[in-house]
Amino acid sequence: MSATKPRRRPPLGVVTRPGTSLRNKTGSWGILRPVFDWEKCTGCNTCEMICPEGCLRHLEKKQYEADPDFCKGCGLCAAACPAKAITMSEEHR
Amino acid sequence: MRKMIEGSRAVAEAVALCRPGVISAYPITPQTHIVEELSQIVADGDLDAEYVRVESEHSAASVCLGAVAAGSRSYSATTSQGLLLMVEVLYNIAGMRLPLVITGVNRAISAPLNIWNDQQDTMAIRDTGWLQLYAEDNQEVLDMHIQAYKISEDDRVLLPVMVCMDGFILTHTYETVDMPTQEQVDAFLPSYDPLYKLDPADPYTLGAYAGPERYHEARYTIQQDCLGAKEIVKEVARDFQSAFGRWHGDVIDTYRAEDADTLFVAMGSVIGTLKDWVDAQRAEGEKVGVVKVRCFRPFPAEELVAAVSKAKRVIVLEKAVSMGSTGILAAELRAALYGQSTVPVTGAVAGLGGRDITMATIDEIKQRADAGELDLWADLRAEVLEDA
Amino acid sequence: MSTTEFTYEGTRGFYPGHRACAGCGQATAARLVMETVGPNCIVANATGCLEVFSSPHPESAWGVPWIHSLFENHPAVASGIEAALKNQGKLDQVRVLAMGGDGATLDIGFGALSGMFERNHDVLYVCMDNEAYMNTGVQRSGSTPFAASTTTSPAGRKSYGEDRPKKDLPAIAAAHGIPYVATASMSYFPDVRRKVKKAIETRGAKYLQIHVPCPPGWGYDEKLTIDIGKLAVECGLYPLVEWENGEVVRVRKIKQVPVEEYLKGQRRFRHLFRDEKSREQIAAIQAIAEENIKKYGLVE
Repeated sequence: MSATKPRRRPPLGVVTRPGTSLRNKTGSWGILRPVFDWEKCTGCNTCEMICPEGCLRHLEKKQYEADPDFCKGCGLCAAACPAKAITMSEEHR
Repeated sequence: MRKMIEGSRAVAEAVALCRPGVISAYPITPQTHIVEELSQIVADGDLDAEYVRVESEHSAASVCLGAVAAGSRSYSATTSQGLLLMVEVLYNIAGMRLPLVITGVNRAISAPLNIWNDQQDTMAIRDTGWLQLYAEDNQEVLDMHIQAYKISEDDRVLLPVMVCMDGFILTHTYETVDMPTQEQVDAFLPSYDPLYKLDPADPYTLGAYAGPERYHEARYTIQQDCLGAKEIVKEVARDFQSAFGRWHGDVIDTYRAEDADTLFVAMGSVIGTLKDWVDAQRAEGEKVGVVKVRCFRPFPAEELVAAVSKAKRVIVLEKAVSMGSTGILAAELRAALYGQSTVPVTGAVAGLGGRDITMATIDEIKQRADAGELDLWADLRAEVLEDA
Repeated sequence: MSTTEFTYEGTRGFYPGHRACAGCGQATAARLVMETVGPNCIVANATGCLEVFSSPHPESAWGVPWIHSLFENHPAVASGIEAALKNQGKLDQVRVLAMGGDGATLDIGFGALSGMFERNHDVLYVCMDNEAYMNTGVQRSGSTPFAASTTTSPAGRKSYGEDRPKKDLPAIAAAHGIPYVATASMSYFPDVRRKVKKAIETRGAKYLQIHVPCPPGWGYDEKLTIDIGKLAVECGLYPLVEWENGEVVRVRKIKQVPVEEYLKGQRRFRHLFRDEKSREQIAAIQAIAEENIKKYGLVE
């Protein structure tokens, strides 16, 4: 249903827009970063599934990487990788 | 159509005419007849609504909250202990700016347990941001529900409204009322068109938390809109009169008050008794009158000051008290008069727990006020006090 | 090395940028649930870790319609949303979820939860079970397991921590006779996805309790979240069971490891290893695990 007159904006603080957390770059939190050995990778997608941030992705089937804007360096991906293809490294930041 | 029905039935039919999509119900005397009547209306297919039989009043209000957030007009009724149980949710509904109407049937608060009428319960939620309207009789309470949805859903308000009616006195009394038709109500009250709602087509987050850097302003906004709602209450009362031909006052109403020396100020069904008392007094030559507070929140300070300033004495008769302080309406009226008028205001607490307020009670209050008492408790029975 | 930008806009139910602790089990679980359910849903969330780390105004990590009201009323709020959608004729297209932590589910929200189950609203309830009131600083809840140390059931000179067993909410949910109840662990995430999918395709009330390890609350290095979660299941303390209409229909078999393997890696159980007497508590915990194994037939 359309009103001819434009309506007011929602009152302050009542409505928060979706996805606005993307402004908050949590990549600054951690001291470690995952380093992916694409040769060892089997493409099982475990790391991408397990990441609490959801900031892993793959470009081609076995080319995984973490988004430095959001990766907190927790190490779950490295711990979960069945092929041991991920190592957590401080130098790589 | 004119019919002689119980007050609760009048409320149920009026609410049904407003076409709520979701009704939540929990039983508590003396509100129960309202939800029972509504459930029969739904069961007979005369209203297309989801009727949710919740497990507590906290959930009753929460079901309404969820339903309105998802875009459906909603309704519930409660009283006393049930109202107190849902207080947390009431603050939440107002803070989230969700339009809603709940009938607050006025009943005393435990302890001691008491199921009869006074107004302590709705007084307890006066700080929540809910608008509060108090009805004098069954016709008014019926009309008030229709007006309440219109006020609540107005973009300038977006605050929930509690329609307050005295338990037993109005809920369980049969009066002749004029029930509007569905066509009349549909013309006056269009279907609910939410400003924002939970909808996958346009997803929002509702109820995010706010830190010290913005909560202060968010609450200020509620206050501004709550105060501003006074104009919409008046507007809707005028529009209702045009559409239905009935007037019950807007934020206040007065009865034989213009030249009165003594003015009684009160809310709810006791106004009827006061009007009768005023007529009897006037017949004896006494210049007395009544000011009815119809809209308690937002508080009609300006209108009350204008109505009472010229009197020689004001007596606030109320069925509530703020323990450790004075009567509540009395305190708020005095605050409104501060710096505007020095008319003496006597606060009288009366009728708690269903104690009848009779002509004799009002005579007693008038005499004690004339004798100079400023805060008094009417009709205290010595033999009961000594019984302790 | 890639040079293309990561893009998230409009793709997610649950976005990065939230403020969960690194290695938070709950964040992964929330992401998995949202990815499995898809965009056509509405979520009612209780106060707690998930709500607080995902919705500090003006930021929100949610991409689906989401509402937070109070601590204990989300089952009722979800019931109201479901009733509204039903009245609007949209319940077939839009799924309703209610989410809360163990405190919100087992304790303060228990009444509202039971009411929602009893009325069989078409709502999937997901409990994020990290076994304490974590958001407020690790206080004991009805879900805190026997002998765990929390800030309100601390181990001390006269105490071995929590002295009551874990409240069995899945069994209570099943006793309501609702269509589907399941326990899951975020460490077994394909299983979580399968159970979420099954629940979403079932009409009526559903309860899914997901075990989500908590690094600061349980006291372990954050990268071990998945390993700790697996040990909880494999030692028999967190059986993975599915009920339909009140009857057990499926369990996940385990290879069984001693509970000590699970307990020794967590600070909240460290006090059990201090002396002879405290080790008796470990035996008591082992008995709980044996009880579960027997009851659900977890070992071949």
